[in-house]
Amino acid sequence: MSTCLEVRVSGVGFWAPRLPDWQTACAVLAGRAEPEAVARSRPAPALLAPTERRRAPDTVSIALEAASRACEAAGVDPVSLPSVFACTHGDGAINDYLCGTLASNPLLCSPTRFHNSVHNAAAGYWTIGTGCVKPSTALTAGSETFAAGLLEAIVQALADETPVLYVAYDAAMPGPVGEVSPSAGMIASALVVEPLKGDGPGVRPAGVGRCLRARVAPGAQAMPEASVSPGSIPHAWFAALPANSMRQCLPLLAFLASDAEGRMQMQLNQGCVLEVDIEEVTTHG
Amino acid sequence: MKPLAVTAYTTTTAVGQGNAALIGALMAERSGLRPNDFTQHPLETFIGRVADVEAVRLPSHLAPWDCRNNRLALLGLESDGFIAAVEAARRRYGADRIALVIGTSTSSIGATEEAYARLTPEGHFPDDLCRPEVHTPHSLGVFLARALDLRGPCVTVSTACSSSAKVFAQAERLLRLGIADAAIVGGVDTLCGSVLFGFNSLELVSKEPCRPFDPTRNGISLGEAAGFALLEREGVADSDAWLIGHGESSDAHHMSSPHPEGLGAELALRDALARAQRAPAAVDYINLHGTGSQKNDEVEGALIARVFPVSPATSATTHAAPAHAAPAHPAPAHAAPALAASSTKGFTGHTLGAAGIVEAVICLLAMKHGFRPGTLNARSIDPDCGPHVRLHGEHAPVRVAVNESFGFGGNNCVLVFADRAAP
Repeated sequence: MSTCLEVRVSGVGFWAPRLPDWQTACAVLAGRAEPEAVARSRPAPALLAPTERRRAPDTVSIALEAASRACEAAGVDPVSLPSVFACTHGDGAINDYLCGTLASNPLLCSPTRFHNSVHNAAAGYWTIGTGCVKPSTALTAGSETFAAGLLEAIVQALADETPVLYVAYDAAMPGPVGEVSPSAGMIASALVVEPLKGDGPGVRPAGVGRCLRARVAPGAQAMPEASVSPGSIPHAWFAALPANSMRQCLPLLAFLASDAEGRMQMQLNQGCVLEVDIEEVTTHG
Repeated sequence: MKPLAVTAYTTTTAVGQGNAALIGALMAERSGLRPNDFTQHPLETFIGRVADVEAVRLPSHLAPWDCRNNRLALLGLESDGFIAAVEAARRRYGADRIALVIGTSTSSIGATEEAYARLTPEGHFPDDLCRPEVHTPHSLGVFLARALDLRGPCVTVSTACSSSAKVFAQAERLLRLGIADAAIVGGVDTLCGSVLFGFNSLELVSKEPCRPFDPTRNGISLGEAAGFALLEREGVADSDAWLIGHGESSDAHHMSSPHPEGLGAELALRDALARAQRAPAAVDYINLHGTGSQKNDEVEGALIARVFPVSPATSATTHAAPAHAAPAHPAPAHAAPALAASSTKGFTGHTLGAAGIVEAVICLLAMKHGFRPGTLNARSIDPDCGPHVRLHGEHAPVRVAVNESFGFGGNNCVLVFADRAAP
């Protein structure tokens, strides 16, 4: 078993069509509120110039929304944060468009959609929109994407002793490719993680200021999302979220939203898991 | 930072399979570029196409991952004793203690493109391409984990053209924190319609073989490649090839054009040198990003000119100064030769997400063979691109080499390699 990696979660952001912010998600999880009855259309990222806002892919819109809210919750200036962007598939709508155009008339390929097709499009727009020159990365690990991105964010925070922004998101996979490699709707989540040391703020909103103790361990199985039990999660919480590839993030977020402590495992590769203990931060002095 | 030993490395590009083909081409100034024979729809350009990728056959347990990119990945693994080195590392550390951090920009999108070109009359994928394994970008990471039977953390990094440079930084952090004892890094990118017609739509593709840093350069030539390296900790492995520094940054400027003053690139370069604990004057060779696009080369040339001092030897060799203008303090006879910088994209084409690993391997080969490659296809070097960029290769010792990779989204990564761990 490898090193224990300890970080504090100092901010959380979330966006899904019927749970359009972290407070709503927490309230629904606690049984204090119902999910919004009507699914919202994607958020318009205020960070982008108006023309870019309109043309931005769904993945970029939701990633920037969650990222902005997490930074606000953490009370940190985005300019100071290295960032890790994790997305299972990239932008399905752009890939559907590009592959369709290539099959019909490749010379009609749109230059804007092409440069928006890179997996690091959200990372690029985030750094441009915030003026952040810190390192930024974009990664995927299939059904292990959320865990792989979380590990990288925690590792960066500890290796370079800095708070790190972690954003995990997926949009829908439309068109023929979506029949083979499916994802529905949109989910974006974001965390600000920082090395667990120094004084924390005294009073924190739900899910903020909690500690993750993570380690990479041999292991065969991740727990299915429904078996994660930070207390009893209302069915409405899971049911309010689409069959999206980034449902991977839900078990950990359920822990953070519920204020529960406990242990969970997420698959990282065949025969290897990320084991995470979720605990309250105890601050001294 | 604490250096990491690069205990095995290999790359396969348009100039051939394995390191010997690459160093041979670099020394002979032989390009792997040829007129585009890849796209069905005609596109006038030159490409760095790897021969015989089509002929590669995957073993049956890897059949669900069959596509051009994963075939090239397998072809790339089968050189320079790389698989044997991985097997030895697996025995030494255990399969769950080896991280796999791999870069690609387009992964297996070529298979998705093919499926769209062959949709059934009802608009569905043809049966032979109804394989979710290839219609998602982590196809490459999973394929390699299965092919090499690795069970540690496995991730695919996709930051466009800096992807397989950033994998070195990510792996270094995993080893530094003790998450893994060794790491396989690298990258694979294959030619596909998306990149050929995509870069064409941005008017960045040259109709001729790319000629980086030439005053009349007019665009890039795309290529494909696979490359891998095995990283281990200092003290465990004895080596004459070390990763001694890395630096990453963002331009915060534009999705598809570099910051006009190279702001982000300079931050990455200076961070890499600081981690390496080397002054700019210690660097012997720089493998530039040097795509052959008007803007990249102008910004990058200016950056190199700004950061790296011009030594007397540089001005003598580059500008052939007349005798009466000889420097007042000529370099002593034992001084190391002046810094040389070059772009090798005229040999391989721009291999996008694989460019980082290909050019990292070129840095390692430059150290091993004492050879600093030139900038193929350029007829002269644009004086605006500074004094360090060299037209022709030369035999000279290389102790410290730098590799620069810059990607869309303003994503920058610089790596520093050395022939020994200690400064």
